[in-house]
Amino acid sequence: MPMKCLNCEKPATFHITELTGEQPQELHLCEECARSYLMQAEDKSDAGAPTLAGVLAQQLKLGQTAQELAKLDQRACPVCGITFYEFRQQGRLGCPHDYVSFEKELEPLLVNIHGDHAHVGKRPKRVAQSTDRRTELIRLRREMEKAVAKEDYERASQLRDQIRAFEEKEEGH
Amino acid sequence: MNLDELAERCGEWLKGSGPESDIVMSSRIRLARNLADYPFIRRCTEQDRAKILRTLRDRILNSQELPNVSYVDVAALAPVDRQFLVERQLISRELSESEGSRGVLIDAEEKFSVMINEEDHVRIQVMSSGLALQSAWEQINRIDDLIEQKVTYAFHERLGYLTACPTNVGTGMRVSVMLHLPALVITKQIDKVFRSLQKISLAVRGLYGEGSQAMGDFYQISNQITLGRREDELIRQVSEVVPVMIDYERRAREFLIKQSQKDLHDRVSRAYGILCTAQTISSEETMMLLSSVRMGVNLGLIEDVAIPTINQLFIHTQPAHLQKIRGMELDTADRNVERAHYLQRQLRPRKADDGTEKN
Ligand SMILES: [Zn+2]
Ligand SMILES: [Zn+2]
Repeated sequence: MPMKCLNCEKPATFHITELTGEQPQELHLCEECARSYLMQAEDKSDAGAPTLAGVLAQQLKLGQTAQELAKLDQRACPVCGITFYEFRQQGRLGCPHDYVSFEKELEPLLVNIHGDHAHVGKRPKRVAQSTDRRTELIRLRREMEKAVAKEDYERASQLRDQIRAFEEKEEGH
Repeated sequence: MNLDELAERCGEWLKGSGPESDIVMSSRIRLARNLADYPFIRRCTEQDRAKILRTLRDRILNSQELPNVSYVDVAALAPVDRQFLVERQLISRELSESEGSRGVLIDAEEKFSVMINEEDHVRIQVMSSGLALQSAWEQINRIDDLIEQKVTYAFHERLGYLTACPTNVGTGMRVSVMLHLPALVITKQIDKVFRSLQKISLAVRGLYGEGSQAMGDFYQISNQITLGRREDELIRQVSEVVPVMIDYERRAREFLIKQSQKDLHDRVSRAYGILCTAQTISSEETMMLLSSVRMGVNLGLIEDVAIPTINQLFIHTQPAHLQKIRGMELDTADRNVERAHYLQRQLRPRKADDGTEKN
């Protein structure tokens, strides 16, 4: 016998994992009830710019199992260290490299918000190609701060030289 | 920049000139940009913030092509001064209320400002009176190029300009117009009109608005999408809807006049009377009454006050402005008294001795 919707007698065709409570909770709903449930969740999030939090929540609820999501949440950007969970909570990314680190996860989100996935407008006059290379500086500076915090001054000075060399190479570029 | 002097003056965008300025209060464009080699703001250390601030501030102050720009260190300002810049719409509430190194560069005529270390490293905004998006775009595009000559913006081959929030990625551009729509509010058609705008992915917000009731019947219409469309397409999308809104508002005004010119005339005259004679008045009531008077002036029902005066009163009767003009801190009750006196000074001389205006 098929599972019944929590709210009515119809068969439950949507299985939503609610993550906002203390424990992840499985909700089994029919299509109609699922839609009104998800709409409600969206209304509660930031009015005005409804998109980000609501869209992300909806997308993740429909697409993943709890385990997949837990694993995704722990993934971190190698440059700035932000985890996907932190991004999800704050709605703000940590550094420009996140668009590379979380490319696959961001793609459907961008399509949902903008109805598109590629920029066609203005490009910078001077440096109009990808600047992702330069995020290496963010990583190096972070490493250096960690080394200083651990009082590993030898490592810190190595990193300082690396940063300087990188900056000089970029300026000469 | 001396903020006390700024308080007495009035920005270019409040002049009440420019096309359709009876209904279109102002046009604005903002661009969000980030430096390629720093984390986005939320993950910056204080050291990062200070370096970003210095780099961008010096870049702009040293540019020969951007004269008459002053720098204001927002982190060092007293709360009332920060609030003053928010009321003036030169900085955002977010920049005012956040912590750490942050600042703003302000054009002497208040035609543009550049916020540093807001949600993104750089937020450029250009504002003008009336419906003037094309010239605003030309100006902001030029400022953007001037900054980029010396700094490297975070850019992605496929995604364009990279921003802290994915809702701004691509062009990083927000195009907006501020509309004064009192007749659509009175005739209760405003919600219906806005629902149709949301269907074509335009956002609507009230002035200073948190709640749904816009202060002074001002509404801001802006694009929501920033990725996958060119800047001129985004401008066109907003521009195209403005004449439609203007037409709705004009028809609602005509309807009100036809239905009962006497009632409408009574309504705006009473509003004017209260503003001229009240002894204590809240900010909310002032905004509501100014809105009626503004419509009355535009319909020729009130003749002894000019639109730029009204536009300026919307800003100058805000709490921080009153305190700057008065030169001291005032609590809510004192502000309400000061506001009433300020309104009298601005509105009554013109009424009493028309022509022989004195201070
Ligand atoms: Zn159901
Ligand atoms: Zn990152």
